[in-house]
Amino acid sequence: MNIVVCMKRVPDTATKIRINSDGTGIDESGIEYVINPYDEYAIEAGLQLKEKFGGEVVILTLDSSEAAPVVRNALAMGADRAVILKCDKKPVDSLSTATALAEGLKALNPDVILMGKQGVDYDNSQVGPMVGQLLGIPCVSVITKLEVSDGKAVANRQIEGGEEVVEVELPAIFTAQKGLNEPRYASLKGIMAAKKKKLDEQEAQIPEGAIEVIKMEIPPAREGGKIVGEGADAVPELVKLLQFEAKVL
Amino acid sequence: MGNNILAFAEQREGKFKKSAYEVIGAAKNITNQTGGETIALVIGSGVEGIAGELGAYGADKVIVADNDSLKYYSGELYSNIVVEEAKKNEADVILMPASSMGRDLAPRCAAITGSAVAADSIAVENSDGSIIATRPVYAGKTLIKVKSSKTPFIISLRPNVFPLPEKEEGKNAEVQKSEVSVAGDSLKAIVKEIVASASGKMDLTEASVIVSGGRGMKGPENFKILEELADVLGGVVGASRSAVDAGWMPQAQQVGQTGKVVSPQLYIACGISGAIQHLAGMSSSKCIVAINKDPEAPIFQVADYGIVGDLFEVVPALTEEVKKVVSS
Ligand SMILES: Cc1cc2nc3c(=O)[nH]c(=O)nc-3n(C[C@H](O)[C@H](O)[C@H](O)COP(=O)(O)OP(=O)(O)OC[C@H]3O[C@@H](n4cnc5c(N)ncnc54)[C@H](O)[C@@H]3O)c2cc1C
Repeated sequence: MNIVVCMKRVPDTATKIRINSDGTGIDESGIEYVINPYDEYAIEAGLQLKEKFGGEVVILTLDSSEAAPVVRNALAMGADRAVILKCDKKPVDSLSTATALAEGLKALNPDVILMGKQGVDYDNSQVGPMVGQLLGIPCVSVITKLEVSDGKAVANRQIEGGEEVVEVELPAIFTAQKGLNEPRYASLKGIMAAKKKKLDEQEAQIPEGAIEVIKMEIPPAREGGKIVGEGADAVPELVKLLQFEAKVL
Repeated sequence: MGNNILAFAEQREGKFKKSAYEVIGAAKNITNQTGGETIALVIGSGVEGIAGELGAYGADKVIVADNDSLKYYSGELYSNIVVEEAKKNEADVILMPASSMGRDLAPRCAAITGSAVAADSIAVENSDGSIIATRPVYAGKTLIKVKSSKTPFIISLRPNVFPLPEKEEGKNAEVQKSEVSVAGDSLKAIVKEIVASASGKMDLTEASVIVSGGRGMKGPENFKILEELADVLGGVVGASRSAVDAGWMPQAQQVGQTGKVVSPQLYIACGISGAIQHLAGMSSSKCIVAINKDPEAPIFQVADYGIVGDLFEVVPALTEEVKKVVSS
């Protein structure tokens, strides 16, 4: 089975974010990058499919060469090889990203495409459904369960108040939500093996996008910090405030 | 194309989501300035009867796509209808909720039209005729304002953030049937069934009150005291990732970056430290209350009101006090 996992390198979620000088993005100096947390569930799902059906797990990412160390972490988890669709700057427009990935995917001829439900940098949650639309194949987004058999898959998709059980024919795309599985850690052996795995770089074909960033700014901090009191004695005062000041009761 | 806005009014099982009205209200707010029309689009099966009421919330016109094949959400079918109706109705802007449906639907529409999406927006404004959306990025640590150089600009709105329009009783809008063809038998993805979550309670993203518990709850059995408080407040119980990973609460109840983004009127965080990834999910709540025994806990920096103390004493006392208020 040909399994491709689309992966994105994102700033570690605990990183302090500063805005760049022209106010349209972040200042990338000193930022520590990690595998997008949702993509870890996608990688794990890919590895489990390979364990069951054989074949290959390929990591595909759209990024600059600087992505290589983070991509190696995915190889250390057990993926077989990686392709970096090389660009100077990752596009902020999801459709540009999706179009470039769709081109890269065609060449890999996947049966199953996995990715995280969203990147935790721009939180767009758009690339999966867009790639599906562009390639004309089904996409089930935000999945918490996946079963593959006989060229078909059944996936549970998280919705408000429950889950949709969706059946698709392969090839298909699935975007992973936390709860799908427990991503494995890279073993020392895996880390050693990853150094020898193949990492291809190809020029990405990125069309111009439609999103225009006007500005990025740090939101005003919530005022907060009003300590009503200590222990159960403070409860009547709190309830008064909720009732008459905040007017939420 | 033109000044009109297509407002996707989400319904499930023949009932509009609260977000349907929020979306129409946000659309109307803009068309009032630009002189365009707010056109509501309803997609489903057996939904024609409920469509007219959208007039009372500000829709100038309502379009209904009613077909058996549209009973469950289908990205393929729904996106085609949305795109075609936007075209036919000369709408340069499409608004929809950033619900599980909207967040799947919006990118498909953009891929079909070659346009752009501003997902999970918390503000939409008209600035000299161009529409600008504001959305949180980097776990809410920054806000980004975007517009689109192509049409239709598709914007999904974070539920519970935009005000509910006042209902004008008796004001019905003209209802038109959609003429977009629905090829339901050639679908590539088929929804087999919908399983309700174990709790059977309202979803966190739609709740107006959430009582959340973290590692400070010490064990699954103690969530009972949060249930009791949530019940008197008409709310639901949420949890931090620590509580979910410990197996005390199901994944569906997790609030935060790898859980759900919520914006209730009232969020009560009990025994939650307030890590950045948790804040990413709840800091757009209208009013935040923190109960924590550690006065240095970061949650107090975002909370409107805090009580420093043992939650096992404070929460039951709070439940009793709220009961008094509710019954009086
Ligand atoms: C990629 C990534 C994604 C993440 N996503 C999420 C997410 O979606 N949601 C999320 O919540 N976290 C998320 N986290 C985890 C997050 O970093 C924190 O670890 C987590 O939020 C901590 O949970 P907590 O506040 O319940 O526990 P702790 O940080 O352990 O805090 C427990 C708090 O309870 C208080 N307490 C203890 N006993 C009592 C008592 N008797 N009475 C009152 N107070 C008491 C303590 O003072 C403490 O402040 C993520 C982390 C990463 C790396």
